[in-house]
Amino acid sequence: MSGHKESFITKYLFSYDHKMISRQFLLTGTAMAFVGMGMSMLFRLQLSSPGESFWILNFILGDKWAPGGVLDPNMYMSLVTIHGTIMVFFLLTAGLSGTFANLLIPLQIGARDMASGMLNMLSYWFFFGSSVVMICSLFVEAGPASGGWTVYPPLSALPQAMPGSGLGMTLWLVSMSLFIISSLLGGLNYIVTIVNLRTKGMKMTRLPLSIWALFLTAILGVLSFPVLFAAALLLIFDRTFGTSFYLSDIFIAGEALDRTGGSPLLYHHLFWFLGHPEVYIILLPALGLTSEIISTNARKPIFGYRAMIGSLLAIGFLSFIVWGHHMYISGMNPFLGDVFTFTTLLIAIPSAVKVFNYLSTLWQGKIHFTVAMMFAIAMVSTFISGGVTGIILADAALDINLHDTYFVVAHFHIVMGLSAVMAMFAGVYHWFPKMWGRMMNKKLGYIHFWVTFTCAYGVFFPQHIQGLAGLPRRYYSYSEFPMFEGVADIASIVTAFAIVGGLIQFLFLFNLIYSMFRGPKAPQNPWKSNTLEWTTPVEHMHGNWPGELPVVHRWPYDYSNPDHDEDFVPQIVPLKEGEVGDH
Amino acid sequence: MTTFLIYIVLILGIVALVQLVRVSEISNFLNGDDGIVITDKETNSLSYGLVIFIFGYFAFYAWLVWRFWDILLPDSASEHGVAIDTLFNVNMLVITFVFVVTHLVLAYLVFRYAKTKNKVASFKSHDNTLELIWTTVPTIVLGVLIVYGINTWNSAMRDVPEDSINIELYARQFDWTARYAGKDNILGKANFRMINGTNTLGIISKNSIDSRLAAYDTDIAELEESRTSVFPGGANDEEILDVIALRKKHKGYVMQLKANSEVEDYSVADDDILVKVEFHIPINKPVNFQIRSQDVIHSAYMPHFRAQMNAVPGMMTQFYFTPTITTAEMRTKLGNPEFNYLLFCNKICGTAHYNMQMNIVVESEEDYQKWLSEQPKFYTAGNK
Repeated sequence: MSGHKESFITKYLFSYDHKMISRQFLLTGTAMAFVGMGMSMLFRLQLSSPGESFWILNFILGDKWAPGGVLDPNMYMSLVTIHGTIMVFFLLTAGLSGTFANLLIPLQIGARDMASGMLNMLSYWFFFGSSVVMICSLFVEAGPASGGWTVYPPLSALPQAMPGSGLGMTLWLVSMSLFIISSLLGGLNYIVTIVNLRTKGMKMTRLPLSIWALFLTAILGVLSFPVLFAAALLLIFDRTFGTSFYLSDIFIAGEALDRTGGSPLLYHHLFWFLGHPEVYIILLPALGLTSEIISTNARKPIFGYRAMIGSLLAIGFLSFIVWGHHMYISGMNPFLGDVFTFTTLLIAIPSAVKVFNYLSTLWQGKIHFTVAMMFAIAMVSTFISGGVTGIILADAALDINLHDTYFVVAHFHIVMGLSAVMAMFAGVYHWFPKMWGRMMNKKLGYIHFWVTFTCAYGVFFPQHIQGLAGLPRRYYSYSEFPMFEGVADIASIVTAFAIVGGLIQFLFLFNLIYSMFRGPKAPQNPWKSNTLEWTTPVEHMHGNWPGELPVVHRWPYDYSNPDHDEDFVPQIVPLKEGEVGDH
Repeated sequence: MTTFLIYIVLILGIVALVQLVRVSEISNFLNGDDGIVITDKETNSLSYGLVIFIFGYFAFYAWLVWRFWDILLPDSASEHGVAIDTLFNVNMLVITFVFVVTHLVLAYLVFRYAKTKNKVASFKSHDNTLELIWTTVPTIVLGVLIVYGINTWNSAMRDVPEDSINIELYARQFDWTARYAGKDNILGKANFRMINGTNTLGIISKNSIDSRLAAYDTDIAELEESRTSVFPGGANDEEILDVIALRKKHKGYVMQLKANSEVEDYSVADDDILVKVEFHIPINKPVNFQIRSQDVIHSAYMPHFRAQMNAVPGMMTQFYFTPTITTAEMRTKLGNPEFNYLLFCNKICGTAHYNMQMNIVVESEEDYQKWLSEQPKFYTAGNK
């Protein structure tokens, strides 16, 4: 594996090495995230000043989509749609899982590389292809897909229903198909690697929680993405081959269509059967990374290691039986409202257990406030804030008035846009030395942290109030309604924070790129952490360890173990006489 | 020119930032700071910072609620809405308690256990009793919320009252039509193949069937005529033939409806009343909304009544409620003489999704009957 001649192409582009692939995922995911974030800046301008002219809208979107500097309503919907699609899939699924699963799995379990380097490389290139297609869809004449990131038919099935449902929607479906393939290839690889390639002594109960989380995430993905694929395939059939899976009794654009027997509700079920596990595919890695970072930086074992594993399993299992809470007022049988209220509220239990265990890890700890730790703490705060509003929305009766309002927008942004993104930042700052062999700049990191955390709540917390005032989501403008007069002031607050919060991310980007080339060289184990990735040399090598694979003797959380002088004991350190390595 | 200047400013800005960072790195090095270890000074200011942040967060929350209290929805104007609002308040109490307490604990922990204040961390790694407690307590609390929530949902969704007024809310890109069922309180049947001219909802009645069949005949004849002006057997011709075939198929369905008129009583549709822009309902009587869509998914959202239900093409959905506050009463209550209850579309349905609404007027029984009697019936509304 090592010692073969590498060209630029085989080293940096078409690499089989999981460490290179993880960086590729990070950079592509980050680039897409900036596009998605840019889109939200644009539509926020329209939302806080409906109908007003903005030079920048015309500058970026041109005369067709922002005539006179006023955002076109169809392009508004397209921006909202693509923003959601990019953030959920390209940033938080590929960018988060793709980066950290690829980086951490082989390193933390003590393997030379993933089970299949070829499938891993393909997983990245399908993701890249998917990104290219999605970006291309922005430039079609009738506009990109515009039915919301959920693209419900018949709106998304019929080009005559909305301009974006033409070629833009076709490209969206192509992009997502490629994306699903990428996720499946990656997920299969992660599962096989974790099951088969753990090094000697690495029992399942000695795995760091990041691996447990990534393992369960991969299982969730493998079981649920194919269902989205099925949903997309049936939608492609309805769009292209005249089928009626989702269509029935439609009169549109002056024509009664020749489609009968189908139901849009079928799409809802298929989509949300992935859609709900999807948000846990986003959340579980965030929870796993946070466990590692909090434990390392508090110099304490993660509190309740087994309970943490148990709650990951519970969340993973329950995530498959709650999808109907997205459909309470979809027209499905109201009895299902009973069923899904029950299962959805249950999922709050393991989530609460995790929060209590994070807090207990801090208790009596010795906290090092690294930039990563600050973001991990922010993750805990935003997970609580966003999670509790989930309890409101889980209740079918309460969802009646809150469904598709800004209350929902606030909830999912705080749990995904904040909590998971905070964890991703924490992960990047924490594992940057492992990825690039250098340290990121601490001061820039703290500035990035404080501005981001402040603006984060500034953007999304006020939206709860908009939702409770009855403001529907995906509305281009609300100034038609006198009842929403008060909303304009909130919208301005939100936009102001959004702009500042958005701009500060460029400081992060600067820090990232600058540090890649000019950051101070990292020591082998800068955070004095126990897990195996810190036992590899700082300079990347194929096969990760020179010589033999490490042998594991203990669990990863021997921090401040009174039997040892150092406040950390890496997993490779043999047990002392009479010492217990497992907890 | 502007573009060029913008690029120059951006590039110079980045260069400046690079230099600033290099200067700060050098000064760190001179101070012995390796850029990795967190200094005591940093630790203290960061932990204080977090505590201040959390209290600032609470203050922000409180200020938002205080400042924007008035735009929150007023008391619900429906019977079941009262139950929903109480359920909401109970849930809010629980989650606010959890939110505040966990954040206070977080603030305390990051302050008290900063490495400047606690020199040695404890090795206590688990406590099974604690795990049991903090699994059981949330389970019980959530159990209560589950039962309470399910009961509230069931009482809102089940057992449509026998004496409900039947009103159809018909959604299409981009307006709503409300259809009243008339004296017999039975809504006439409808089918999308019947949509034609003034029969925008596709309602089936003896007369509308005949006019629809006549319209199909005219249409098919015109299409056949148009074939003479295209190349026989060519692509355009094929297209026209396809359209004709579809028209004939749909016409066949309508002919079947006509044949069924021996068995079905289509006269129930004659007294139906269609209104747009605004619809009225009487106070204190249950209304059962039957919701349909013509083209894509829409959603009937009536927030003041705590009511929402998707309008799905191909099926009928329903939602019922009993209004308890008249429009006039609500205007007095809010001190806003312009206030109107509103029906919004709340499921993305296309370009004008944001501009698809109807006013709802709740009034006394007499006023309602008077208003209803002034609206044209389907039978007379040009559908002969």
